[in-house]
Amino acid sequence: MSTSADIGLWGVPLAILGGAIRVSTPFLFVSLGECLTERSGRINLGLEGTLVFGAMAGYAIAFQTGSAWAGVLAAALAGTVFGLFHGWICKFRGVNDIAIGIAMMLLGSGLAFFFGKPYIQPVAPDLPAIPLGWWSDVTQVQAALQINVLFLIGAAFSVALWWVFKSTRVGLTIRVVGDSTDAARAMGLNPDLVRLLATAAGGALAGVGGAYLSLYYPGSWNEGVSSGQGLMAVALVIFARWNPVYCFWAALLFGGAGALGPALQSVGVSQGYYLFYAAPYVLTLGLLIATSSPNRALEGAPGELSITK
Amino acid sequence: MSHERALPTGAIGVEAVGMTMRFGDFTALDNVTVNIRPGTFHALLGENGAGKSTLVKCIMGFYHATSGGVLVDGHEALMTDPKAAHALGLGMVYQHFTLVPSLTAAENLVISRADAPRVINWGKERADLAAFMARMPFHVPLDQPVNRLAAGEKQKLEILKQLYLGRRFLILDEPTSVLTPAEAEDVLGHVRALTRAGEITVLMITHKFREVTRFADDLTVLRRGSHAGGGAVAELSHDDMARMMMGADPDLRSIDRTGGAGAVVLKLDGVRATDRSGLKPIEIDALDVRAGEVLGIAGVSGNGQMELMEILTGQRALEGGAVMVKGNAFTATRAEAKAHKVRYLPEEPLRNACAPKMSVAENLAFRLFDVGAGPKPRFWKSGRQIAENAQAMIAGFKIKTASPQSPIAALSGGNVQRAVLARELSGDVDLLIVSNPCFGLDFAAVSAIRARIIAARNKGAAVLLISEDLDEILELSDRIVVMSEGRIAYETPGATADVAEIGRYMAGHG
Repeated sequence: MSTSADIGLWGVPLAILGGAIRVSTPFLFVSLGECLTERSGRINLGLEGTLVFGAMAGYAIAFQTGSAWAGVLAAALAGTVFGLFHGWICKFRGVNDIAIGIAMMLLGSGLAFFFGKPYIQPVAPDLPAIPLGWWSDVTQVQAALQINVLFLIGAAFSVALWWVFKSTRVGLTIRVVGDSTDAARAMGLNPDLVRLLATAAGGALAGVGGAYLSLYYPGSWNEGVSSGQGLMAVALVIFARWNPVYCFWAALLFGGAGALGPALQSVGVSQGYYLFYAAPYVLTLGLLIATSSPNRALEGAPGELSITK
Repeated sequence: MSHERALPTGAIGVEAVGMTMRFGDFTALDNVTVNIRPGTFHALLGENGAGKSTLVKCIMGFYHATSGGVLVDGHEALMTDPKAAHALGLGMVYQHFTLVPSLTAAENLVISRADAPRVINWGKERADLAAFMARMPFHVPLDQPVNRLAAGEKQKLEILKQLYLGRRFLILDEPTSVLTPAEAEDVLGHVRALTRAGEITVLMITHKFREVTRFADDLTVLRRGSHAGGGAVAELSHDDMARMMMGADPDLRSIDRTGGAGAVVLKLDGVRATDRSGLKPIEIDALDVRAGEVLGIAGVSGNGQMELMEILTGQRALEGGAVMVKGNAFTATRAEAKAHKVRYLPEEPLRNACAPKMSVAENLAFRLFDVGAGPKPRFWKSGRQIAENAQAMIAGFKIKTASPQSPIAALSGGNVQRAVLARELSGDVDLLIVSNPCFGLDFAAVSAIRARIIAARNKGAAVLLISEDLDEILELSDRIVVMSEGRIAYETPGATADVAEIGRYMAGHG
């Protein structure tokens, strides 16, 4: 049954694929949350903090209750609270959403470290995964296709969000508010309220992304659980042109880049693989440079977004 | 459309009775009565600050009038807020577009409905929209994002939106200020046809007499918040209207042209660039502007004029060719502009030529704050020099401002324009590049600014005038070129220009 050594260099793409699916889930959730928030015309850089706090809260509650799903729910609730706080502060005049976002990022991480101290040692239950590689005898294939339920939920959610933006009143309302505050007011909408709710929902998604980190991969709570996924997701949303379905593919791409280092290490590349650990960051920089232009405005950018105004 | 069938259709009459609106001590509107008969096209004339906006905002329920009321179809109506006005069938098209730029026309229409469905069945909505469009006299592409539509199409869509929402009394706030003459003619013609058909009643705020005589049935003129005159348009001449608006005989003198064209000042040679969308090329093979002439560039908006302006102001990179000023390559740096005495009046000067939150005095000093007595630039700024300069310019150009220290963003559009023009025309000017200088300005401001431009020309400046207002081009230019699809399509001397011919080239078929 065990044929692990036979596949040789094929292990690299396979490990990247498996890694992409495993690593991409937090990217996916945070980027969908950020996409939702940015479509309403506000940018929430605090999602990195929300992610870390969600990871802590999810792990702690899962440990206390013995249920990983209760942990996910707790992480989503914590994310909602962070989002509501961000959205509430930003409605005041003269408040800059980016500055508040950075403050929230530090606050979220700090609170998570403070409350998370007692949970570094204990072991909480993991989230379930579906073995989609049952048809193969090769252990690497089985490992790569061990797919977490949250990944599938996230994939479904990206399509759902795309549909919401296209075909529902709620989605169109969010887009109207994000694109033109004046037009929204003229329509009798309350832009602050729409943004508050969009930021809260975005925070909930980022919280779930955090729960995935601590409850599945890497699967434990410690202070280094996030490696900047929350911030990279902001770049990812720009790269995905604010389209939820593109967010899914972009998250996979970033996940694959993140898996490059471990994959090379697993086939015995012993030199310079640390450089490949930097692949997601290099990719972030490279993509943003490649897709930008000095002469053109970003296609698809919400008009009220402070970074693209 | 179910929501439309539920409402009664047909034009309604609106009467504002004894409207008075006070803001503190200031009376913006003083006992004004206007009767807009059902099915008529009514024009509301007045200078900036005459109270036109205040009046329509009271009618629409944005403001609560200090005293007076509104009768809709003869019944007293309480306009507590815009929603109450909408419910009675009153709608307004604002001067600035209220469409959502990145949404398609269809999405804009559907989401603007108060009863927009929770889940939108696009198949059904599309069929409904097609049926609605079939009844309308004009059409717009429904599947394009609004930001890809031309200004004229956006304005049509704004009007369509009001009709789609079942409004039967429309207020149009300077609807043609962003349109070309042909577009304006087209849109207003359709609007008038709708009033004639008894579908809607229209109240249009405007500055343009020509549009009033051409399209309106009745007319009301406001001056300083009071009713200054009105009646049937057919019985009034342009002079009558001007007299009602200004109080006395208007200052219509146009400065005579003196002198003729001299040496070439600005020369464009094989200029290549890409337009805003990054898709269409801008290709100007040869363009000269001589000293002592006004070269007018006509064209429908979106045909590369804005990009040409950006090339000349250094805001857009060249991909090929050269811009030469007096025989030297020109890249629009501050040093070059100063050396060659090149000055600019870009469109939307508050955005493109001012620091909105800095004071009027500081904005007026942008050309001189670092100029020292000798050849070396000044290090310490001189408060006195800035103040004296501001005082002179504010008096010289009749800029209306509360004080030189107030932020320039607080000034009205015409006064910002005057302020920028004052700054740009100070000292010697060899090349003046102007884009849509009178966009959205009232009558008095327009004639003052045009006179200044001609005066600069008479003093020997080369003037490049980019404008979407063909009347303005015809009035000011010694020579006219038409820009179409990013190229120079046609050239003619101003004196013998044939409007129909120019219009054909503007429309893209020469």
